[in-house]
Amino acid sequence: MHNVSLLLLLAIPLLGSLVIFALPTGRDLLAKQVALVFSIATFAFAIVLGFLFKVSDNRADRFQFQGSWTWIRSFGVHFAFGVDGIALVLIGMSTLLVPVVVLASWNSFDSVADAEEIAAENAPKRSAKTYFALLLLLEVFMVGVFAATDVFLFYVFFEAMLVPMYFIIGSFGGPRRQYAAVKFFLYSLLGGLLMLAAVIGVYVSAGTASFAFTDLVGHVPNGATQKWLFLGFFIAFAIKAPLVPFHTWLPDAGAEAPAGGAALLVGVLDKVGTFGFLRYCLPLFPEASRYFAKPILILSVIGILYAAFLAMGQRDMKRLVAYTSIAHFGFIGIGIFAFTTQGGTGAVLYMVNHGLSTGLLFIVIGLLVARGKSRLISDYGGTARITPRLGGVFLLAGLSALALPGMSTFISEFLTLLGTFTRHKGIAIVATAGIILAALYVLLLYQRTMQGPVLEKVKGFRDLNARELFAVGPLIALILVLGVYPKPVIDIINPAVKFTMQDVGKTDPQPVSAAQPGGHK
Amino acid sequence: MSALTAVPANILAAGTNNGAFVTPSISYAAIAPILIVLAAACVGVLFEAVLPRGQRFYAQVALTLAALLAAFIDVIAIRGHSVVTASRAIAIDGTSLFLQGTILVLGALAVLLLAERGVEPGSAIVAQAAVVVGSPADRRLASSDRVQTEIFPLALFAVGGMLIFPAANNLLLMFVALEVLSLPLYLMAGLSRRRRLLSQEAAIKYFLLGAFASAFFLYGVALLYGYADSANLSDILRAQNTSTQSDTLLYLGFGLLIVGLLFKAGIAPFHSWTPDVYQGSPTPVTAFMASCTKIAAFGAILRVLYVGFSVSSWNWRPIIWTVAIASIAVGAVVGLTQTDVKRILAYSSIAHAGFILMAVLAQNAQGQMDVSGLSSSLFYLAAYGLTTIAAFGMVTLVRDGNGEATHLSQWSGLARRSPLFAVTFTFLLLAFAGIPLTSGFTGKFVVFRAAYHSAAPLVVIALIGSAIAAFFYLRIVVMMFFAEPAEDGPSVVIPSALSSIAITVGTGATLVLGVFPQPLLDLADHAAKLRG
Repeated sequence: MHNVSLLLLLAIPLLGSLVIFALPTGRDLLAKQVALVFSIATFAFAIVLGFLFKVSDNRADRFQFQGSWTWIRSFGVHFAFGVDGIALVLIGMSTLLVPVVVLASWNSFDSVADAEEIAAENAPKRSAKTYFALLLLLEVFMVGVFAATDVFLFYVFFEAMLVPMYFIIGSFGGPRRQYAAVKFFLYSLLGGLLMLAAVIGVYVSAGTASFAFTDLVGHVPNGATQKWLFLGFFIAFAIKAPLVPFHTWLPDAGAEAPAGGAALLVGVLDKVGTFGFLRYCLPLFPEASRYFAKPILILSVIGILYAAFLAMGQRDMKRLVAYTSIAHFGFIGIGIFAFTTQGGTGAVLYMVNHGLSTGLLFIVIGLLVARGKSRLISDYGGTARITPRLGGVFLLAGLSALALPGMSTFISEFLTLLGTFTRHKGIAIVATAGIILAALYVLLLYQRTMQGPVLEKVKGFRDLNARELFAVGPLIALILVLGVYPKPVIDIINPAVKFTMQDVGKTDPQPVSAAQPGGHK
Repeated sequence: MSALTAVPANILAAGTNNGAFVTPSISYAAIAPILIVLAAACVGVLFEAVLPRGQRFYAQVALTLAALLAAFIDVIAIRGHSVVTASRAIAIDGTSLFLQGTILVLGALAVLLLAERGVEPGSAIVAQAAVVVGSPADRRLASSDRVQTEIFPLALFAVGGMLIFPAANNLLLMFVALEVLSLPLYLMAGLSRRRRLLSQEAAIKYFLLGAFASAFFLYGVALLYGYADSANLSDILRAQNTSTQSDTLLYLGFGLLIVGLLFKAGIAPFHSWTPDVYQGSPTPVTAFMASCTKIAAFGAILRVLYVGFSVSSWNWRPIIWTVAIASIAVGAVVGLTQTDVKRILAYSSIAHAGFILMAVLAQNAQGQMDVSGLSSSLFYLAAYGLTTIAAFGMVTLVRDGNGEATHLSQWSGLARRSPLFAVTFTFLLLAFAGIPLTSGFTGKFVVFRAAYHSAAPLVVIALIGSAIAAFFYLRIVVMMFFAEPAEDGPSVVIPSALSSIAITVGTGATLVLGVFPQPLLDLADHAAKLRG
């Protein structure tokens, strides 16, 4: 097993990052071009892999493009990569977001700031070069975390991911960036360290002298040990995801991060948490997963409602989006822990769609903030009349966030609720209330910023230019296409979710209600 | 002590009972590294007397480095040796050779820092320590670039003691080694060129507390001798199954002995000297203490526990549990409130000492001490020592008009002025925090893996401790990267090749041991053998 394709996929952005770091200071334009070329190349390569990926229900084909090299022999650690359908679609989504973010943040950190910013006190001189180099470095770790099939290697990427993100928030973020960066880092690190304890525990208790995922599955003894180890992984992922009550870092980090960073933070990094539930928590600890499923489902539902209410009360647009994401992660949570194929597939699809739609939303808000220099909702009004294209994209992103039928998010939300309903009716019903709340907070946001009387300062806004349209175009197209025709993605996801459900030892409940169609109960 | 005479075979010194003195056989090959270093130290003292002042500096630096290098080569040459020699007082085995090699490398790097004259004309060491602080002579001296060279033989004597310390199989010899390594350190701590009062205060504190600790150690040895009728570790081990003496002697003796050792290793609650001494000492000396002394002290702890007390008849583990937790907690929590970079690193070292100590709790399925604890500590010590040298080496470079600027607030915005410095230092801090792809992570991993079986709750405590400690490492990073630079803030001095080499080696090792740790892991596994 020495397939190098995934290694190559990691190497492209890594090379790009190194090239940018090596550029002399001041060559910002060149840095951007290099970043764009390398991120598009990465995405193109990921797409090629997507076409080569064989959709099959054969367990031997669960992981494809597998390559494994010994790394640290004493620990049984391998440099092992391979993707199943879940990892593949998430890699596709992440590698798409990076060039989009590069394009969208093209002028965000130019050394020649506009007059207003120079006049402002201590306008920090930020190096665009560093930002783009960090983005590509982050991409290496993001792809790595999804592609790793060695638990140790996964952990390494999981932790390493923090470092570039920390600097992206801390160096390029908003006014309270230091606080947000440190909070983000510490929360994640605490979770990561608990996971490290559990990783060691898995390794020791499985007794397989190997960290390979396939060697460990089914070898963690049942009982109290498994429950503790599950919790170690779970808390790390729940902080990452984030699930209520581990979520308090996200609104700060999401609000203070630069728009592009926030898009990747919420769009991709947080998916690592939910991805971790599916890939690691369920297969490695089936008994404990079943044991803890109920409380997790309840937490997820609480998260859906609680975060939705908080979102409505926000005055800061980015904080608002961060809270909506927390609500959405609740949906992903119930989809995963309902243990049905539909729910699981819906959850994975949700991760992809959420990445696209929240990424879009953060980028659009970033474009708006770049014009208005404020994140407060009250500073905007009637914007859509001045900048119709910006308003249109904003509306589309919002509708996709509230899962309107026709948008890709609708399908995933529907599948998730359907999958949950077959096993936990109450949970699904309560969660449905979240959809209504979502409509409320999104439409309120749109109404307050885009409609109504045009504020004086809004009048000078420039509409989206070609570059900006080109940046958001692919995301919009994908949201619409997947909204109508999600089959190719679902086909890729489905087998992987089935294997996971087999690992956890749950079969789909027979749909009794299907036997009595159209019931008017 | 009449009971002693009743014991038939006195096994302390072979042959003395017969009246005739028999010269103990000594394997000179095995102790050659120690002899090289100590001999070079004596030559260094002669240099001070014989050579004119102008030549001393270069001669001393060359001699010191050559001696350390020669000793290191000799350690490599006698790898695989496993002998107990000199009346069973010195055990040259895998563990002691590994530790000796590590101490020699780190000692050489520390000497490079000591010899640095690029950042401060007369090096970081005061030219004449006896001059009263604040006197006219002192002011004249401060502006001259006269160099003090006695520090090099002192360092060599200290290294010599450190080489013996982890190899000592006899507690009396261990005590002698303890004093040989400590006395030069007490002096060296007081030799700072700048802020001399602080430095002298540190030296006095270190000396007084160190003297107390030595007394504890010696008292412990006496009690153990009373118990086992021998100061030899393997005899003490045997006596724990056979001795008819009161167990009180054993418990008290062990307790006092371990206090002395924990003090040297800077483990809470015997850590109180660490922050003050680390802060007050000249930074190169701090680097030397924080790496070499710590390794030597842990070497002695490992030998005492593994050779002398690897028994199941009584359980000293609760003591180690307690002090390990205390050390992690004190290091992580008190470190949060610190505002001086050197003090932060000192508290970090206290927390790290707690992590390393966890390894000795490793047990195999039969409840015996497991060798994985030994090999993982060896790896951790080497990795930590290298990172520490580099970190303190970098601290010496941040300077303003008053010398080193170690207050945290002075570091604000350093990344703007010196990005390379800030990135490198951040990398070292990430290693201290145990982020993957640094040696700190590999080290934590091996230790936690070893301790997991028998001390899983402690592993969790340690991980929470590392998360707390990460906060104060991050504070430094935040200061450097995200804060605005002060108007008259310090700048980063470009050092000469000497410091550059020390910092590069330390940083490079931190990276390599994080990415490709296998060779050193293998070495530590092979070396994890002890002779009693």
